[in-house]
Amino acid sequence: MSEQKQEWPLFEVFIRARSGLEHKHVGSIHAVDARMAIEHARDVYTRRQEGVSIWVVRSNDITASDPEEAEALFEPARDKIYRHPTFYAIPDEVKNL
Amino acid sequence: MYTQGLDSLGKDCLHPEGVDGAALEARFQGKIDVDDKIEPKDWMPDAYRQTLIRQISQHAHSEIVGMLPEGNWITRAPTLKRKAVLIAKVQDEGGHGMYLYSAAETLGISRDQMFEQLLSGAAKYSSIFNYPTPTWADVGAIGWLVDGAAIMNQIPICRCSYGPYARAMVRICKEESFHQRQGFEIMLTLARGTEAQRRMAQEALDRWWWPSLMMFGPSDAQSKHTAQSMRWKIKRFTNDELRQKFVDITVPQAEYLGLKVPDPLVKWDPAAQHYGFGPIDWSEFNAVLKGNGPCNRERLQARRTAWDEGAWVREAALAHAEKQRARSARAA
Repeated sequence: MSEQKQEWPLFEVFIRARSGLEHKHVGSIHAVDARMAIEHARDVYTRRQEGVSIWVVRSNDITASDPEEAEALFEPARDKIYRHPTFYAIPDEVKNL
Repeated sequence: MYTQGLDSLGKDCLHPEGVDGAALEARFQGKIDVDDKIEPKDWMPDAYRQTLIRQISQHAHSEIVGMLPEGNWITRAPTLKRKAVLIAKVQDEGGHGMYLYSAAETLGISRDQMFEQLLSGAAKYSSIFNYPTPTWADVGAIGWLVDGAAIMNQIPICRCSYGPYARAMVRICKEESFHQRQGFEIMLTLARGTEAQRRMAQEALDRWWWPSLMMFGPSDAQSKHTAQSMRWKIKRFTNDELRQKFVDITVPQAEYLGLKVPDPLVKWDPAAQHYGFGPIDWSEFNAVLKGNGPCNRERLQARRTAWDEGAWVREAALAHAEKQRARSARAA
């Protein structure tokens, strides 16, 4: 353990809990390639039938938005309340709307 | 998101240009005060990052070293059912270690760095795993008491301010309950068995009771990190609060088993609505923590051997994957 060895790459793991649901991020795993990442993810993240399908992707291949930009990215949606159905006043007598 | 590209962390750690550190710190604490979560790429004070790295990695090491005392009994479990259960439990502990290493890696420390800290003795792990498991009843006592104490410690961490740690704890707590119940069931079976089996259960309780109480850490008066960790909502209850809770729920369980906790001062206090208990021998705790428990050297040696003997596998797997990649690149 003295000399610095190359570490196995990191993969992010996404699991579909059952058909009809989306894959959801559950954590990460080290593996030498994608095949091994799926096998290790099976052992680490689905010991109790938590999933029917696994996606893995190299962590380095993910591009994430910067928290510092959160305001610039997400603030513009805040004042557009007319995008929600509750913005519109409809008389009670009108049904099915 | 667990990924944060380790390379980008350096930048994130630094205060962005022109923003004053006190303002960042105030905004950070403000988020925590309203129970907002901190995520890997968010700005955080370096002391918060270091505290979490220390706590999460030591927690992970505890899971991994914790596989050893029970692994000792896999080949000698009394029935096939008990053996299957014990294998599943020990495998869970390995899984818990992996969830936690994953969470710690989001803070900018690599898996190998953490292993190195464990193997060199620089990082601590829970002192409880430095005790031996001489009989099958110890496996029962560990599940009932040690996992019971762990659950008590871990449930509040499910609401910890750091997102990846909190999420890992939710998974762990869901699985931990099986561990405690199977342990209690082993104790119950022994307690209802022959006189020799009952005695075996009592002796295991005698061995594990005090070390389990010590698992909650030093008393509040001695605990260096408690106040800051509570302000950061890494910790939600003090060591003594959790210890008292554990005693309150465990003493009646021991009574149900017809066993006696090895403390003559344990007594229900109707005014306080708690069980009183005797003083803890902290000199023992400190000795074990310093490396002088019954099994410290053996545990670390087992981890070092596993690491060293696995080196060729790690290298060969990497070399094989490299070769496959080169081959498919040529074919394309």
